[in-house]
Amino acid sequence: MTKQVRQLDRVIIRFAGDSGDGMQLTGDRFTQETAAFGNDLSTLPNFPAEIRAPAGTLPGVSSFQLHFADHDILTPGDAPNVLVAMNPAALKANVGDLPRGADLIVNTDEFTKRALAKVGYAANPLEDGSLDEYRVHSLPLTSMTVKALEDFDISKKDAERAKNMFALGLLSWLYHRPTEATVRFLEVKFAKKPEIMKANIAAFQAGWSYGETTESFSVSYEVKPATLPPGLYRNISGNMALAYGLIAASVRSGLPLFLGSYPITPASDILHELSKHKRFGVRTFQAEDEIAAVGAALGASFGGALGVTTTSGPGIALKAETIGLGVATELPLVVIDVQRAGPSTGMPTKTEQADLLQAMYGRNGEAPVPVVAPATPSDCFATAVEAARIAVKYRTPVILLSDGYLANGSEPWQVPGVDTLPQIDPAFAQPGQEDFQPFKRDPDTLARPWAVPGTPGLEHRIGGIEKADGSGNISYDPDNHDLMVRLRQAKIDGIARDVAPLAVDDPDGEARVLVLGWGGTYGAIAAAVRRIRVSGDKVAQAHLRHLNPFPANLEEVLRSYDKVIVPEINLGQLALILRGRFLIDVIGYNRVRGLPFKAEELADVIRDVINS
Amino acid sequence: MSDPLALVPKDPERQTAKDFKTDQEVRWCPGCGDYAILAAVQGFLPELGLKRENIVFVSGIGCSSRFPYYMNTYGMHSIHGRAPAIATGLASSRPDLSVWVVTGDGDALSIGGNHLIHALRRNVNLKILLFNNRIYGLTKGQYSPTSEVGKITKSTPLGSLDSPFNPISLAIGAEASFVARTIDSDRKHLQSVLREAATHNGTALVEIYQNCNIFNDDAFAPLKNPETRDDVTIRLEHGEPIVFGANRDKALRRSASGSLEVVPADSPDVLVHDATNPDPSLAFALSRLDSPTFEHTPIGIFRNVERPSYDELMRTQIDEAIAQQGPGDLAALLGSGDTWRID
Repeated sequence: MTKQVRQLDRVIIRFAGDSGDGMQLTGDRFTQETAAFGNDLSTLPNFPAEIRAPAGTLPGVSSFQLHFADHDILTPGDAPNVLVAMNPAALKANVGDLPRGADLIVNTDEFTKRALAKVGYAANPLEDGSLDEYRVHSLPLTSMTVKALEDFDISKKDAERAKNMFALGLLSWLYHRPTEATVRFLEVKFAKKPEIMKANIAAFQAGWSYGETTESFSVSYEVKPATLPPGLYRNISGNMALAYGLIAASVRSGLPLFLGSYPITPASDILHELSKHKRFGVRTFQAEDEIAAVGAALGASFGGALGVTTTSGPGIALKAETIGLGVATELPLVVIDVQRAGPSTGMPTKTEQADLLQAMYGRNGEAPVPVVAPATPSDCFATAVEAARIAVKYRTPVILLSDGYLANGSEPWQVPGVDTLPQIDPAFAQPGQEDFQPFKRDPDTLARPWAVPGTPGLEHRIGGIEKADGSGNISYDPDNHDLMVRLRQAKIDGIARDVAPLAVDDPDGEARVLVLGWGGTYGAIAAAVRRIRVSGDKVAQAHLRHLNPFPANLEEVLRSYDKVIVPEINLGQLALILRGRFLIDVIGYNRVRGLPFKAEELADVIRDVINS
Repeated sequence: MSDPLALVPKDPERQTAKDFKTDQEVRWCPGCGDYAILAAVQGFLPELGLKRENIVFVSGIGCSSRFPYYMNTYGMHSIHGRAPAIATGLASSRPDLSVWVVTGDGDALSIGGNHLIHALRRNVNLKILLFNNRIYGLTKGQYSPTSEVGKITKSTPLGSLDSPFNPISLAIGAEASFVARTIDSDRKHLQSVLREAATHNGTALVEIYQNCNIFNDDAFAPLKNPETRDDVTIRLEHGEPIVFGANRDKALRRSASGSLEVVPADSPDVLVHDATNPDPSLAFALSRLDSPTFEHTPIGIFRNVERPSYDELMRTQIDEAIAQQGPGDLAALLGSGDTWRID
């Protein structure tokens, strides 16, 4: 039979199942197929912190949302058009997000009386009419998979576990995804278990064939490739982009990369990734704790390496004293905070932006550090290079604030040419100086010389005790301390001259309302701004990559609008700083739900402010 | 066995103790044991003949941790307890440096206990000098994790309650490959231990009994008093029978229960000290002879075994990765994985 093919400009799919069902892998594979096909895309993994939460329960549900389109898109999408629910818990946890008319693909094998009761369904929702507003496709995915694999020499359990590949095959057929890369992926993943490998490939192909032959799906969909600027592309997550950015900074500075890190969600993947790249001379040190991790990084910096530590908010709290030592000794250090919901342990796998004030002020004494934040998963690459550039040039710790959404989310990335990346000059102090002064500053940057051990004639001692201006000898002189406090602050403030002015997106210059964001909210804000403009209203958008120091033109930008909205996934931390710094009463929009903003909720907020 | 100093450049000029002194005024209390240790270290380093710029002293916080300011080498006076961590990053990324950590009983065993044990188990190329005076000096006289139970101090007017650490036992338990004890006032012995420590491949922990004449004077008096010291000090010499006493009439032997017992020197089965024994149990038993009353206290090298250092293993992984895959190519890395081209 010939099936109808319908054209769509964009689709949002959410795969949801038990945390052991392989939903993240399924989503990843669908993403890779989609990237290879040339769509623009954006992803939102959402999973519990527990490795294997109790099976079939609501807290155990793991999901992966993917938005792909034939044009450039900015977010993983507000609401899915298609939900794949592998069990009743996945249905119950996600059905509330589905708009009327959405497609719902359900694995009926798991809808047993017991499984339904476990999540509080009194009646089977597939039978009681409660899903009538959706296009429900009830499919026995588990039993179809087991049947497709009956000729393989594998256990029933292993056959059942391949149901995610059956589902992936079906969805790949439904949206005309290329399948070769997934077959290749399975060949590598299960190379040591050939029978399992063949079974998973067979399940994947069975899912595809089922789509082609079944009458459950009379239509399949095409989403044409997006027209993006010419170049080489790959899909990249925020954590991967940070790891690559750090390697790039190492190559472009000639400084060996030393990562001191302690495993913590959601930052551990940076450690995992960097540990694979020893051929770049990368040293990865899994320390005994967060303090040792940053300490070792600072020790490596003292020795002339590019010292880096990666963590999340609780780790920053532990590293504070060492970051302060980095401020006092004026050594380069890159500190990456992949923010997660807090306080304390909070919600480790959920995103948040509530470490801004900790990054800015979370140390004893006057201890200013530059703070930068990437806007999108792929922007993590350039922001990591920028953090390293500032750290090396100004001899200072720099804090980079990523977040859980950027870390695990992914999008296509135009691979930059190596020659287009900034060159970073370590400008080490050279031997042969009479009366070397370790704290004599460069008059332009106020940076001190970086004299590394092994340089003859420059032997010196540094430490956390206040130092005399110039000589660096211990000093308790009151006026010297006042001078040093001000010099350290002036050095950081002066970086504003060395960063790009804040760009404002205000197409015809007539907007009276500005939306100012920072970090991982960029996509949602930009999508909301588009919607406002489509509806005929005018709004300007600006997004801060540099949070300390601010770009030099920030105050001027803020003052040129009647109203400034600052959406943040915290209770108003940037807003507090802006009010304190500029006495401008910005309007905060704050939700702290562990999830990224939705474009529509921000559009509503902007609309309200425009109309008020 | 790898020489940890093989990659550290040598100074063709003859050095003297004076070369290692800085222009900074030494600010320990008059009579402090730290002076003797500083002089012993400055007197010993010329023996190694390393370029001064390739030697680094890293310290934490406390009286002893002022040490780097007085050494004309590179140095960092860091954070309370964190010197082993900072030195680990430095030593594991710079094989051309000789890295020393100076720490005290509070710094190393209380606030920095975690970093100490992990440095020891990793066997990073660090030489850790632990000045043990059994008291907090810089904060003016609170009891420390090596103070004896019942210690009356400012923070324990009715006596301290917690049992002390024995640093030697702790280090052996933490898989240390080199563990030694010496005394601030015995310069010859101190320098002999430094000599072995400096050339040991991996982490060397040297406990130095150090007198704080202000807050805990005479803490080690039985080991220093000419009338008692020979009777209570057991000088461990590798390959030699463990005989001690003013008249060298006492010796150590393993009892039936496995612990050590003091017997007359002419008894059969007197222990011969073997610091290189892979089994640490005898070294541990020796460490347990020490007691707050100093009935008999071993000094010298308890343990000195061969084990690859963390930094050379780390370097080997990098060298092998480069040998097998070639040096990193940034353009190839960025363009790796599933890519597609838009024309």
